[in-house]
Amino acid sequence: MTDFRNLSGKFAIVGVAESDELGTLPHKSALQLHMEAARNAIADAGLKKSDIDGVFSAGRQMSTETAEYMGLRPRYIDGTMVGGCSFLHHVQHAMAAINAGLCEVALITHGESGRSRLAMPNMSAPKDSLLWQFEVPYGIVFPFTAYGFIATRHMHEYGTTQEQLAEVAVATRAWARLNPKANQRGPLTVDDVMKSPVLAWPFHVLDCCLVTDGGGACIVTSAERAKDLKKKPVYILGTGEGMGHCWINQMPDFTAATGATISGPQAFAMSGVTRKDIDVAMFYDAFTITPILALEDLGFCKKGEGGAFIAGQRTAPGGDFPMNTNGGGLSYAHTGMYGMFIILEAVRQVRGECGERQVKDAEVALAHGLGGIFSAAATMILANAPQA
Amino acid sequence: MADLKHLAPTPTPETKPFWEGAKRHELMLPRCKSCGKHHFYPRSDCPFCWSNDLEWVKASGKGKLHTFSIPQRPIMGIPGPFIAAIVELEEGPRIATNLIGVDPDPKNLRCDMEVEVVFDDLTDTVSLPKFRPVSKSA
Repeated sequence: MTDFRNLSGKFAIVGVAESDELGTLPHKSALQLHMEAARNAIADAGLKKSDIDGVFSAGRQMSTETAEYMGLRPRYIDGTMVGGCSFLHHVQHAMAAINAGLCEVALITHGESGRSRLAMPNMSAPKDSLLWQFEVPYGIVFPFTAYGFIATRHMHEYGTTQEQLAEVAVATRAWARLNPKANQRGPLTVDDVMKSPVLAWPFHVLDCCLVTDGGGACIVTSAERAKDLKKKPVYILGTGEGMGHCWINQMPDFTAATGATISGPQAFAMSGVTRKDIDVAMFYDAFTITPILALEDLGFCKKGEGGAFIAGQRTAPGGDFPMNTNGGGLSYAHTGMYGMFIILEAVRQVRGECGERQVKDAEVALAHGLGGIFSAAATMILANAPQA
Repeated sequence: MADLKHLAPTPTPETKPFWEGAKRHELMLPRCKSCGKHHFYPRSDCPFCWSNDLEWVKASGKGKLHTFSIPQRPIMGIPGPFIAAIVELEEGPRIATNLIGVDPDPKNLRCDMEVEVVFDDLTDTVSLPKFRPVSKSA
């Protein structure tokens, strides 16, 4: 059996792209968004459609549907669906599949008509489901209600404040202002967040992610195959995945993502890098509490200190901990399953393609996603060389 | 009161005794006869030790407000603002619920405050366990 840690640096992400457009796209179906992103990512990699022999996607009723729409007949297919971080899981699964000889060029795609709801599968829970029996009758339906549980408990146990939550939105917006593709690029202050309407206490509207349409795709292959492609390979030094629960009523600890405490140590151990080596970090930010927990759960600060870590705009442009440099789910794009966009930005930072928002000398990037309500987690460490 | 009949869930075999208990205004929990632990939501087997030797016991109905959020607008016909909550039962397991009998204002609420079960008769066949703060005079 292969020790997965020995695969550090043996695989690379060689192509990344969004769909042709992001935002409000009532003229495009979810499947078209998958297609556009895949077409753009394969061009970014300098590969051809015929090179693809593995397809990974999430969010459709059948995972063969995306491949069918794109006219692909891969020899390997993976439809792991664990929510917004599914695509980070797909990267690890692609490495395992390539290592086993099951495919060579893995296409991972995302497309979601999150705002316009065109050709979206019906994900509603039936009345005998666990969700309907134990959450829906209490109005626990939308993510903001459940994520609010986590913020409230974190505030209670550690004294985290709504102002600290607002700092996350403000720092993220400052990055979005440097990204031409970001949805929201206007100035934002802590006061603006605090004065925005309360959606579900303790969250104001501006503590919550956008709801947009869009797609994204990335291509994973072996480091060997990556050498001769169009772009400089971005090497995968470490990956890890985990889960704590599925539904919010089963969350083991309301102040920590248990899945992240499983995925993070695996990714770091495999990569051989330390927290200090991370030049830029992408954390899933469906709500302002989410990156605060990620900082704690991945060991960048002690449990309970995430709010203080963020305060003072340390994660904003010019700060010593550049985070969510694309503008995040809070200000750049959030289709519903945001995780793909974390991968794209981490790769682009390591490539040095980020223009005005480029983090100087970014050699090692961390990408960390969550799925469901802090349920599943996946962590990935990327670098511009196969060894840190 | 808003008519919320459309929210009534359909029990499954492993959850039926819970919903039958709720109809009698009793909060029933599965308990493992092998390891002694209560669990919730009800499962066919103990999630801790995988024994299928379970019994149903009546819970005290007492617990603590573990955490909450307060959606401001109506959701699924439930008028806003309302208090969505996770209650930690005296027996150990946590349950998702609503906190009622108190103004939905964070000033009135504190994590770990003591709460007790009350039953909301949603339809002729389904009653939902909800919780209210334990009154200070009690």
